[in-house]
Amino acid sequence: MSTVTQQAGPAGTAGPARPLSERRPLGDRTFQIVALASGLLVLVILVLIAVSTSQQASSWFSTEGLKIFSSTWNPSNNQFGALPFIYGTAITAIIALVMAVPVSVGIALLLTEVVPRRWARPIVYVIDLLAVVPSVVWGLWGILVFAPWIQHYYASVSSGVNGIPVLDSLFGGQTSGASFFTAGIILAFMITPIVTSLSREVIATVPTIDKEGAYALGATRLEMINGAVWPHSQAGVVGAVLLGLGRAMGETIAVALVIGSSATITSHLFAPGYNMPSVIANEFGEASGLFRAALIGMGVLLFAFTIIINVIARAVVERSGRRQRGA
Amino acid sequence: MAATTGQTVDLQEPPSWRRSKNRIATVLMVISFVLVIIPLGFVLYTVIAKGISIISWQFLTADIPPNVLPASIGGMGPAVVGTLEITALATVLAVPLGVLGAVYLNEYGGNKLLAKVIGFMSDVMTGVPSIVMGLFIFSIWVLHFGYSGLAGALALGCLMLPIVIRSTYEMLRLVPDPLREASYALGASKARVTVTVVLPTALGGIVSGALLAVARAAGETAPLLFTILTVTTVNKNVFSGANTSLPSQIFANASSPYVGAQARGWGAALTLIALAFILMIVARLVTARFARNLQ
Repeated sequence: MSTVTQQAGPAGTAGPARPLSERRPLGDRTFQIVALASGLLVLVILVLIAVSTSQQASSWFSTEGLKIFSSTWNPSNNQFGALPFIYGTAITAIIALVMAVPVSVGIALLLTEVVPRRWARPIVYVIDLLAVVPSVVWGLWGILVFAPWIQHYYASVSSGVNGIPVLDSLFGGQTSGASFFTAGIILAFMITPIVTSLSREVIATVPTIDKEGAYALGATRLEMINGAVWPHSQAGVVGAVLLGLGRAMGETIAVALVIGSSATITSHLFAPGYNMPSVIANEFGEASGLFRAALIGMGVLLFAFTIIINVIARAVVERSGRRQRGA
Repeated sequence: MAATTGQTVDLQEPPSWRRSKNRIATVLMVISFVLVIIPLGFVLYTVIAKGISIISWQFLTADIPPNVLPASIGGMGPAVVGTLEITALATVLAVPLGVLGAVYLNEYGGNKLLAKVIGFMSDVMTGVPSIVMGLFIFSIWVLHFGYSGLAGALALGCLMLPIVIRSTYEMLRLVPDPLREASYALGASKARVTVTVVLPTALGGIVSGALLAVARAAGETAPLLFTILTVTTVNKNVFSGANTSLPSQIFANASSPYVGAQARGWGAALTLIALAFILMIVARLVTARFARNLQ
């Protein structure tokens, strides 16, 4: 059995090419094991992240119990409730998505359905440039240039909506340049490239024949997009948005500089706030004991949230991709 | 393509309200692109305008002075050295492992469940927040061995690994199967075919993917906060002792009230962006060269 040579299969046989000889030298087997080990490293690291950080955070989980979700954050009093930060993470991510998703989908449609191919390429370069600007540079610009500039607009909007029911509770009250809203805007800039490029990939897989069919029925471009492109790419775009959400939740440094660093739960979007990654970044240096455990624990929660969102997002993207290839 | 067919095949002009709705949609798409250009242009303009005046040889090499001192004194030397050391070490750690991981996925894994799981989780790993990588290395490394450039490189390496795996995997998939078959027909083993035929064929794409991962890692701050700390003098030993980097220094200076420190922050930002741009341009050149070689 050891040196049976493989029969050459008939042309068109599925499956990758295989070596003719089944006898495998030691080096060959070693190489395979090394490659397998490198692949397994991904799983090992993910498990190690979960285990090692949970271990460091265990004192927070065990002493506080369910109080880790309380809304009181007062390190000097040994009260470490994570709710203000979970709230801030959700609010900033929602603001970012509300702004970034329509813009990203718009650019993706512009690239795939409107402009000729030779224009599409430079536009893609420009969007990629957004992704090249490091997080900390967005933060530097955000806190020294953008926040002081937009502050005045916050103030006038805030006084403008004074007394109007819903708007007052969202945009009224005290305003600050460094706030939930500023953090949301900066996050929107930062997640636009990834949402755009993923949506574009999904939209590009819509079969030309569907689009031509819609045009042949006399549809305008908008009607063609609604009737032929959207039904095909809906699921994939949802996946892209979820991946953007994951990014927005985990983005640290830019937010840490512009969010205002105040652990409060308020509906006023122009007020300073805090979120999970930025409190870890800003407070870790001075923290020890239970305080440090709480911050690492916040990292564990963040890890869990982003893993769940990313698993769902990747599954959605993969499924929609498979369905389209099958169709 | 489709658009031109649409225009020529139209037997009847759509009524005007349908046309205007269509036009409004197109205008909105263009506006969304403009909305992205404005902040990008604004950021790049500010960084260049504020950074260019301070950048000099002295700025790139001198030690970091106390924040209160004016911009004319000192520079960012330790941060430049730290960024280069730490990013280089992270590259050395992550790129070979990432390439090997991708080799497993494409050359050995096939349709095996394990390969699918690894591929999927590797994509998921790209979504792990960078600050979590910092906490991870803090927990398993820094608590036992202390702060060092190596700890920072480990954190950046964890960040780069899944990116390298994904980009390399995409490149390996493009290598035509007949190349492998021809080599097997000559009696070569699978390892030999992979190392001498498959990897060299995909080399250009692998290199450009790795460079983009390096560019991404070089700009990261969060994984370095709890792994290297910051120092004000050059630490040439990447394996021991606290270190610093351009992003860490920008983060520290951005929250400083002193004008001199802020100016040095802008200079460091320009240096960092220039570094990322150079890496991106080299990656594009490699890709272009690679595309020509394949034809």
